[in-house]
Amino acid sequence: MTSIAVAQPMVSRGRFPRIRIGRIFVHASLLFFVALWTFPTVGLLVSSIRDRDQLAVSGWWTALTNSTRLTTARVAEASTQVQENGAWVIKGNLLGPKGASQEIESFGITNADVRGTPAGGTTAMRDGGQITVQANGDYVWSSPTPFTYTGGPRIYYVVGSPPRFTLDNYKAVLSAEGIGQSFINSLTVAIPSTVIPIMIAAFAAYALAWMRFPGRTLTVVVIVGLIVVPLQMSLIPLLRLYNDIAGAFGVEAKGYVGVWLAHTAFGLPLAIYLLRNYMAGLPREIMESARIDGASHFKIFTTMVLPLSFPALASFAIFQFLWIWNDLLVALVFLGAQNDKVVLTGRLVNLLGTRGDNWELLTAAAFISIIVPLIVFFSLQRYFVRGLLAGSVK
Amino acid sequence: MVQQILGAITAVVIALVACFAYFWGTNWLLDRLLSSDRVTGSDIIRRDRARNRIRPWLFVGPALLFVTVYLVYPVFETLRLSFYDKYGQKFVGFDNYTWAFTDSVFWQSALNNLGWLVIVPALATSLGLIIAVLADRVWWGNIAKSLIFMPMAISFVGAAVIWKFVYTYRGPGIEQIGVLNAIWTALGFDPQAWITIPYVNSFLLMIILVWIQTGFAMVILSAALRGIPEETLEAARIDGASEVRQFFDIMIPQVWGTIVVVWTTITITVLKVFDIVYAMTNGEFQTQVLANLMYRWMFISGDYGRGSTIAIIIMLAVTPIMVWNIRRVRAEVGTA
Repeated sequence: MTSIAVAQPMVSRGRFPRIRIGRIFVHASLLFFVALWTFPTVGLLVSSIRDRDQLAVSGWWTALTNSTRLTTARVAEASTQVQENGAWVIKGNLLGPKGASQEIESFGITNADVRGTPAGGTTAMRDGGQITVQANGDYVWSSPTPFTYTGGPRIYYVVGSPPRFTLDNYKAVLSAEGIGQSFINSLTVAIPSTVIPIMIAAFAAYALAWMRFPGRTLTVVVIVGLIVVPLQMSLIPLLRLYNDIAGAFGVEAKGYVGVWLAHTAFGLPLAIYLLRNYMAGLPREIMESARIDGASHFKIFTTMVLPLSFPALASFAIFQFLWIWNDLLVALVFLGAQNDKVVLTGRLVNLLGTRGDNWELLTAAAFISIIVPLIVFFSLQRYFVRGLLAGSVK
Repeated sequence: MVQQILGAITAVVIALVACFAYFWGTNWLLDRLLSSDRVTGSDIIRRDRARNRIRPWLFVGPALLFVTVYLVYPVFETLRLSFYDKYGQKFVGFDNYTWAFTDSVFWQSALNNLGWLVIVPALATSLGLIIAVLADRVWWGNIAKSLIFMPMAISFVGAAVIWKFVYTYRGPGIEQIGVLNAIWTALGFDPQAWITIPYVNSFLLMIILVWIQTGFAMVILSAALRGIPEETLEAARIDGASEVRQFFDIMIPQVWGTIVVVWTTITITVLKVFDIVYAMTNGEFQTQVLANLMYRWMFISGDYGRGSTIAIIIMLAVTPIMVWNIRRVRAEVGTA
């Protein structure tokens, strides 16, 4: 708000055109908000394709720079020593065979001393003698007396490695962590639950918009009231009902059919409200002339109103799909958290519990779960916005 | 896996065929059974009227059946259960309510909810309004709006993961991988395990919902701002009103109705907030809210009575908004 305060001083001061400063403030503050809003999601995406070792030790905003980490390795056994020029020498490489792309920046003989000696330098060892470590990991430890220790002493060092990006995290979560199965489960829940309510709602909306009958206003009022009824109200009675029905027929109480029906019902009030508003706005003349020509309500609905209402149907379908795909509560209660049925959101919560610190897995899993809604959202944004506007501003 | 998807698609086809068969079939039956073709005189009118009375209910019927079973009946059943014991068998009067109002965890959840109720709608609506005003003034406003709107498409759980990563904590002396702690330590403070610090953590959870809901507020308010007559703004400009004056004296009063709608819509979302708390802390560290508390009593402790009682209390909190909504729509339908 302060930015607007500066935006257009009433009296322009001196040489600066008054618009210019205001413009810059508007651009800058909007840019600030946009950055703030996108930053967390970008962090998720970047982290999900980073190498897990790098992710664990450095912030994602450093992903493009060399990452350094503290680590340690043991010097080879005393038995590998050789005698050279009158001194006893142990040679080897701290980084091992996998260290090809890494560079040691500094080293030391204790954790606290890790930045004590730069690569290429030499330091004294507790077991006697001097050790020299090169940037590529090669070390030479020489001593005037033979080595007698058991178990190689540790060398602590700071290693830098170039940025590494990988899709391994995605491979890991898709198969090993069950995200692939959950993706299918989410689709299985979402497709029928999105399609089924549309037709039921469309017929009801038509009747409420274009048929005159006693009880119509009351029905609309009840439907509108039900839009805001918290889901929490429905859970316990429905679960009891499902258990009773399942008990009577000897089937599993938690299953896809139950979730489809529940989502259908929970989506109906909003669907009917949205579609009724839209249909009520269709031109009266078309309906009336069709009625005069003898067309039945059924015919008018299927051949005229339904095609004309396509934008509203699309809006609702997007809403419903996003809401179901993103839902946790209904799926948790009516489908459960068993391994073979759990949906993406449920799986993600489980992962947060069991893999709380494996951010390479969590970020990849989360990205898989949000990619579908994001595609739907960006490709169909117009319908989504239209639906939002119709649903709330009335 | 393929089988499972095919199963879902088969279900869609079956459901659509069944729906169509129902609507088409009942209509055909109605026209057939109450046909006016082979009757005469007043019977024609009588049958015409009967058909016109019955047909709307055929159209509305399935929807009403669904909402009755899944929404209306449960409201009464939950109300009934809230007066019964743990297993829903013995009548206990107001015992569950007395328990609720003397239970410290319940009070804490209620107070937390109150905090959510005040902070989230206020922040989301005001930020949404500011961003809408700013975005209308620059050429890349639509791109900006798209990006700020994007979190609306992300699930609460997905958002929880995104933000948990922002808040993540590493011990002092180690490089922080969470943005918040990285900034915090860069400013010279010790890193904090934010999620475990009472009240700060509740606020940090609220931020997640604000992040999601601001886009919603922005889109709706942006549309409302566009609806302000150009002459009104023009007149103000000619009178020499500064942009701040225009914002407070013209824009806000003009879109006041929309602000109220946005505010209440977000309020309803806030009252039902469950996923964020469930995923982030599961109510630990004094972040409990009513919806999550209800889930715990119902599905962890298996207590129908107390679970229902908490649900009823959430419902009571929503009721004023429901009544207001109904009034609004009633006025509208009445004039239609």
